Amino acid sequence: MREGPEEKTLLQDVPWPDEPPVMAPGQTYGSVTDSIADVVLKRPIGLGWLGGFLIAGGLVMLLLVAVTYLFIRGVGIWGIEIPVAWGFAIINFVWWIGIGHAGTLISAILLLLKQSWRNSINRFAEAMTLFAVACAGMFPVLHLGRPWLAYWLFPYPSSMGVWPQFRSPLVWDVFAVSTYATISAVFWYVGLVPDFATMREKATHPVPRKIYGLLAMGWRGSARHWKRYESLYLLLAGLATPLVLSVHTVVSFDFAVAIMPGWHTTIFPPYFVAGAIYSGFAMVLVLAIPIRKYYHLEALITMRHLQNSAKVMLATGLIVAYGYFFETFIGMYSGSTYERFMLENRWFGQYAPLYWSLILCNILIPQILWIPKMRSNIKVLFLVSLDILIGMWLERFVIVITSLSRDFLPSSWGHYTATRWDWAVFLGTIGFFSAAMFVFVRIMPAISIFEMRMLLPEAEVKAE
Amino acid sequence: MKHELTPAIYGLMAEFESSTDLVQATRAAYSAGYRKMDAYSPFPIEEASEALGFHKTRIPLIVLIGGLLGGSGAYALQYWINCISYPLNVGGRPWHSWVAFIIPTFEMTVLFGGLAGVFGMFALNGLPMPHHPVFNVDRFSEVTRDKFFLVVEAADSKFDLVTTTQFMESLKPLSISEVPH
Repeated sequence: MREGPEEKTLLQDVPWPDEPPVMAPGQTYGSVTDSIADVVLKRPIGLGWLGGFLIAGGLVMLLLVAVTYLFIRGVGIWGIEIPVAWGFAIINFVWWIGIGHAGTLISAILLLLKQSWRNSINRFAEAMTLFAVACAGMFPVLHLGRPWLAYWLFPYPSSMGVWPQFRSPLVWDVFAVSTYATISAVFWYVGLVPDFATMREKATHPVPRKIYGLLAMGWRGSARHWKRYESLYLLLAGLATPLVLSVHTVVSFDFAVAIMPGWHTTIFPPYFVAGAIYSGFAMVLVLAIPIRKYYHLEALITMRHLQNSAKVMLATGLIVAYGYFFETFIGMYSGSTYERFMLENRWFGQYAPLYWSLILCNILIPQILWIPKMRSNIKVLFLVSLDILIGMWLERFVIVITSLSRDFLPSSWGHYTATRWDWAVFLGTIGFFSAAMFVFVRIMPAISIFEMRMLLPEAEVKAE
Repeated sequence: MKHELTPAIYGLMAEFESSTDLVQATRAAYSAGYRKMDAYSPFPIEEASEALGFHKTRIPLIVLIGGLLGGSGAYALQYWINCISYPLNVGGRPWHSWVAFIIPTFEMTVLFGGLAGVFGMFALNGLPMPHHPVFNVDRFSEVTRDKFFLVVEAADSKFDLVTTTQFMESLKPLSISEVPH
């Protein structure tokens, strides 16, 4: 345990003497406010933003085309067939929703743990969560076959007199994901309200002024309001903490409750949650590195944030590695022919190259983060994060496809290949996510302004 | 400084440079007997609401009630659906499969607790309220940036334009302004 100044608690974040600070020195309330708000209010739209947005927008168009064609022709345009009825749709669903987890982890769990470095990355990490959950939510609905009947998933008094089957993990998923999306959205909005008030006062043009004013709801920074606000913020964090752990747990139940070899295992919930946070932090770095560079926010998102994220990735990556190890161990130890075959099939079967690439991407390559020099090398961090995102996608592919294509009966074995429409929808959601992030950084403060002010030393009330 | 007695004002506003100054001024005003007042700051200051004598919020209670209603509602709905309205035999499991019902129950507890808290917070704060007398003071826009304000309302029983102004001057603020309605 490290000695911290004054009344720091055990878990509070206290940097080592040689560690980079959470915020570059010399900042004031005003400079923090300006450097964050001016990104939105003053900075002209650059060619880099425009180019990136056009590419992302083009992919959104691809998504629209792919979804339209899907509505016309049905899910037959995808590569799914019996026995592999869950293809890219479920892989991408799990991948996207996992990415979302880092946002809630940063905004809720790190808040409860008093990790003050979270204050500069929680806002855009929460935005990332929302957009990732939106992308995730598309897949199960599109996969329904008749997506216009998606409301059948909710318990409502229908004229048919039928109700959802509450013993099914797929119904749990509906509740888990919709609650997660709603709570993430209100958490994000509540966090934004005081910053909208700042934007309202700083905006010079009357139209943005009006819009920010509406969104700020007349926030005036009253001490009574702040008190209720802080109380709620803490409670929401407390509610979101078990929520974020529950979402990927419920997603893992989709698999673990089935009897399929390779799915039916109790290690799934913790291992899925760790994997979710692993890929989520990778996405945080993939977004934070360009944002801080392009918008000159290096003073607010410092090396400390990047290094801490790298450490979280290292830790969760090891939990994921433990998950892989135990999957293998139990497969061997169970003595079940089918479990053993599942392992052999993963190692040497038709999708073996994907399995070994996943081990390379998720377990071997990220180990270079042990080296402190590598953790402070931005290029390395960016590349490792991309590598983890690919690795986690491969993990879901291996879990879904290898088990489904080789189940108990050799007579029902099959093969799965994604079609161009599978890829179109997947790339389309990546475009949707990126386009939403591009828009977000231009219209909202990407860093929580009021929480950054709280990090300044003068924010603390000195005793008389 | 000279002031006409104009009962039409909302109150007096003093501007401060730092959170410490604001908290000390608020404490002084509270011990001077002022009650109808508010401190305004660009970020939450726990000591400021304490100095105002505002110690407890009802937010935790609202969240608790919301969560209990959401959770028990969700459980009751599942019980009613699976045991009464539409009993469905799935793999011979009991109709009242309470273990399976826990997950939607938990999710709805979180959902209703969270939403109750958010709506409760805005309702208790009286938001949305786009117009408020404090916005009539031009300097007040700095509250969303780096300045701190203490407002004593004219509705306070101890409020008197002259003595309250003198009192506020003794707090050494950056400026004092009348807040028109």
